[in-house]
Amino acid sequence: MILSTNFLKDFVDIDENLDVKTVAEDMTRVGNEYDSAEKLINSTNLIIGEVIECTMHPDSDHLHLCKVNIGTEILNIVCGAPNVREGLKVIVAQVGAELPGDFKIKKGMIRGQESNGMLCALYEIGIDKKFLSEADKNGICELPKNAPIGGDPIKFLELDDNVIDFELTANRGDLLSILGMAYEVGAIYDKQVKLPDLTHNESGEDISKEFETKVETEDCKLFLTRKVKDVKIMESPDFIKNRLIASGIRPINNVVDISNYVMLELGQPLHFYDADNLGNKIVVRQAEENEKLITLDNQERILSKEDIVITDGKKAVGLAGVMGGLNTEVEENTKNVIIEAAIFDSVKVRKTSNKILRSEASNRFEKGLDPARTYMAIERACNLLEKYANTTVVTGMLKYDTTDNREKDIEIEYSFINDVLGANISKEDIIDTFRKLNFKTKPNEEFVTVTVPTRRIDISIKEDLVEEVGRIYGVNNIEGRLPIVPMKRGTVNKTIRKIRNKMSNLGLNETLSYILINDKDVKRFTTDEFEPLKLLAPITEERNTLRYSMIPSLYKIYEYNKARENKDVCIFEIGKGFWKRQEEYGEDKKICVLMTGKFYNKIGYNEEVNFYDIKGVTEELLDFLGYGGRYSFILPKQMPQEFHPGQTAEISVNNDIVGIVGRIHPEIEKEDVFVMEVNLDKLLAKKVGKMKFKEISKFPVVKKDLSILVDKNIESKEIETKIKKKAGKLLLDIKVFDLYEGKNIDNNKKSLAYSLTFGDQNRTLNDEEINEIMDKVIEDLEKSGMQLRK
Amino acid sequence: MKEKINTIKQKSIEEIENVSDLKSLEDIKIKYLGKKGELTAVLRGMKDLSADERPIIGSLVNEVRDTLEEIIEQKEQQFKREELNQRLQKEKIDITLPSNKLKRGSIHPLNRVIEDIEDLFVSMGYDVVEGPELETDEYCFERLNLPKGHPARDMQDSFYITDKYLLRTQTSSVQARTMVANEEKSPIRIITVGKTYRREDDATHSHQFNQIEGLVIDKKERNVSLADLKGTLEVFVRKIIGANLDLRFRPSYFPFTEPSYEVDVTCFKCGGKGCNLCKQTGWIEVLGSGMVHPNVLKINGYDPEKYRGFAFGTGIDRLAMFRYGITDMRYLYANDVRFLNQFDRKDEE
Repeated sequence: MILSTNFLKDFVDIDENLDVKTVAEDMTRVGNEYDSAEKLINSTNLIIGEVIECTMHPDSDHLHLCKVNIGTEILNIVCGAPNVREGLKVIVAQVGAELPGDFKIKKGMIRGQESNGMLCALYEIGIDKKFLSEADKNGICELPKNAPIGGDPIKFLELDDNVIDFELTANRGDLLSILGMAYEVGAIYDKQVKLPDLTHNESGEDISKEFETKVETEDCKLFLTRKVKDVKIMESPDFIKNRLIASGIRPINNVVDISNYVMLELGQPLHFYDADNLGNKIVVRQAEENEKLITLDNQERILSKEDIVITDGKKAVGLAGVMGGLNTEVEENTKNVIIEAAIFDSVKVRKTSNKILRSEASNRFEKGLDPARTYMAIERACNLLEKYANTTVVTGMLKYDTTDNREKDIEIEYSFINDVLGANISKEDIIDTFRKLNFKTKPNEEFVTVTVPTRRIDISIKEDLVEEVGRIYGVNNIEGRLPIVPMKRGTVNKTIRKIRNKMSNLGLNETLSYILINDKDVKRFTTDEFEPLKLLAPITEERNTLRYSMIPSLYKIYEYNKARENKDVCIFEIGKGFWKRQEEYGEDKKICVLMTGKFYNKIGYNEEVNFYDIKGVTEELLDFLGYGGRYSFILPKQMPQEFHPGQTAEISVNNDIVGIVGRIHPEIEKEDVFVMEVNLDKLLAKKVGKMKFKEISKFPVVKKDLSILVDKNIESKEIETKIKKKAGKLLLDIKVFDLYEGKNIDNNKKSLAYSLTFGDQNRTLNDEEINEIMDKVIEDLEKSGMQLRK
Repeated sequence: MKEKINTIKQKSIEEIENVSDLKSLEDIKIKYLGKKGELTAVLRGMKDLSADERPIIGSLVNEVRDTLEEIIEQKEQQFKREELNQRLQKEKIDITLPSNKLKRGSIHPLNRVIEDIEDLFVSMGYDVVEGPELETDEYCFERLNLPKGHPARDMQDSFYITDKYLLRTQTSSVQARTMVANEEKSPIRIITVGKTYRREDDATHSHQFNQIEGLVIDKKERNVSLADLKGTLEVFVRKIIGANLDLRFRPSYFPFTEPSYEVDVTCFKCGGKGCNLCKQTGWIEVLGSGMVHPNVLKINGYDPEKYRGFAFGTGIDRLAMFRYGITDMRYLYANDVRFLNQFDRKDEE
């Protein structure tokens, strides 16, 4: 909402010296934020002059040499405007003037002729072309004969105005009017508000004799109709045009301008119909499905049942709350006008305008209107039309009204206000605050009854009144303190944080990715059953679906970095994956790791990340969380096709699959890129025992090495299991310490070397028993076709 | 006899002094002090001396032997030291060569700020709770006093999945969840932190961003008031954003609070003088806050006649940008490792 301070002064007296920035800041303090506050015209050094001589420039076919009298001197100015001529009163930008667009006027030579200033068009001094007439768009401004030479053209044109562009909150529909703003400003500076003149004459027979209105829909709450006769269509007076321009509305003609002017003044949108094109009847009803209407902007609109239309009994002539129809538009030759002032259901108007078109009118209907203003607005329109369009107002008004027009009384205890605010505002100050707001009060000992004016549709409960007191009294006058509550330390689940620290200490960078991905990627890297969750209205197709696996997100990050020559990417993220199964919607917390490039830095060590690195990271995580000894890596039953089938494992904890780790399939990614994902919700649901001290054995341990030659496709895990089984409980630990393939060994064989540690908590083991165990182990291995290497 | 001893002494000292390695030193030791050594021979020849001479010569020999032993010992130590020094010299390495280490990891700047905020509120007795990101319309809007068709829904164009499910537009949904879940309807003091989503994407708005939300509800007698909200946010701003910042409470409108306030903080960039970041106002809008709307209490099972509360929320992305001087919001979500690698150390205290 743009507020013109000249316009505001019609309704409330504010100090002439009050700076526009101060007003804007003071309004902000009470809750009305502003975007900008500035002069309407920012140009400087302008003066009224008269062209006393005008000849063609000798070296140009369109430039003129002008002598311009500005009172104190005669200036030579070269001017290219087609309408410049002798005797014209003009706006002169003197040398030193600053015009919009950082344009400074300097003394200069134009094609060899001296020029000491510029004759200006209105758009050159800062009025947007969209507000201007054809003549003003194409030439310099022609001031009227009575313009005083040497005077200030901005003052003379009544353009010495300031504008504040407010960003209002959604609940303050009442501030979409100058009168509403006046109440607010009045409350701040404790000034009385002046109401507009609503008086006018009436003549002739009552309107009901010649016109009827019918409302056939509940979504029309209030519908007032008046008629005026014999309007004279012409240009609006300057003050109306200027105020419309300052408020961002293009002047058209006096009648159309008055409807907009009243809307700005009172916040009530009006609609004017050409009475002769409309006929003698208005019917308000729901639109029919696919009903068509050409609106004022010459666009055909296709309507649906939810829209409200104004009709002449047969066809639509207006889209309620949004825009009128072209067929009943007020034009140059319009004689008689039907005025409509109405209130329509705000939600319905919002739906229609969201679908079809947002307008100044719809914006006001959506926020809600005050019925009292509707009555004021129709009278105000008659008052202005009588004055500025030489019209006569037909006696009487047609009225359909289902609104509750009564003012609400709210009782509020003084102590309640102070308790909520945590303040100590006196009874007198509270009552005085309501007085400033123009709220009537009936004070009592403990409480006050406040009568809320109908314009404040945002106020309905006690708490709303507390806000009003807080606003006007000034929240910044209330001293801050901390709640008095029982002492306790809060709780926070530190597991995620600890995982984050662990992973970063392992050398991984934590990332933060978008959860929205392309639907093509949502089923990748997983064979889980779920229904993808697609957005109803995505911003881009690239992000139209909620991810299930986080791997596509981290893979995107890898690709981003690869494109920037960042080759070593070892990252992790803790985030969520989303799904639908049957009718259930859900989300799981997951951790995802991606590793590629170099991970370990050592001179001469050039190995890049391989499967065992990411497996190591996975084990580090599982061991850290207390799952040591309870997990294993197994071949996936169903291999997601995005994984390398020979370098991928499912992660099983307590024999339950919690995640996957492996290399991205070389057909998808030609670099060696490894990923891991674990469902943290699933993993962390598995209980972990307490960390507890185990007595350290006082007896020595015995170490034995075992080197075995086996088929390449036999998994180490299988051999280990065999050894463990035969070795029994004296075997404390078993580790692979060497893997050899190649020279001196069959092509399809590999050699694995294990280090076995034996021991007992209560005694020293003797050689014989160890040897006996080793013999048993070896015998068993050889039975399975594994060879002992000596 | 005496002369002989002195000659041996002189000769042996000379030899010891000229010796060049440990082995030769050992030889000399044997040559003079060994079982068959020259000095030992003198001792053996003592039986031929008179009883008077014997003790004199005996003590002289002993004296010389002690001297020789001492010199040899010294010499021996010297050689050992030299040998060690040589070895150490040989083992000298270039200490300026790079070390062996894992790639350095890092923690995302946003999570760093989140952890700080959580710690601050935990110390003030708040519990940190979580809620779903895939929310229902009920918890995201309706239970927060935003019925269908409410104009304030204009402000939050949302990512709907179905009529009912959407990505939460605000962490405030956790407020409703906390109140509903608390069956005893006992006092509440929580914060929640997490991802939120809105249907907008431009240079200053990411469709995904992070919020923190706080909620305090207590019995009316305990007087949870706007002043308490103010005090709490003063602590928050001064501990998390900057110790010397001023706060400005500006009345505003949120459907879930009444009265509602936006909280401006002295512009972090210019210190309040006015700059392009604060649009010359000297203030940066940081928080939304207010007293919990009685309808919200009622909808979620708290009697507004008995309980009162305050709530506040803010976006974290901008706080992280400010703390680390990050110039463009898009860095936060691009995950360029050259960006991530910069957050690999502990924050200053």
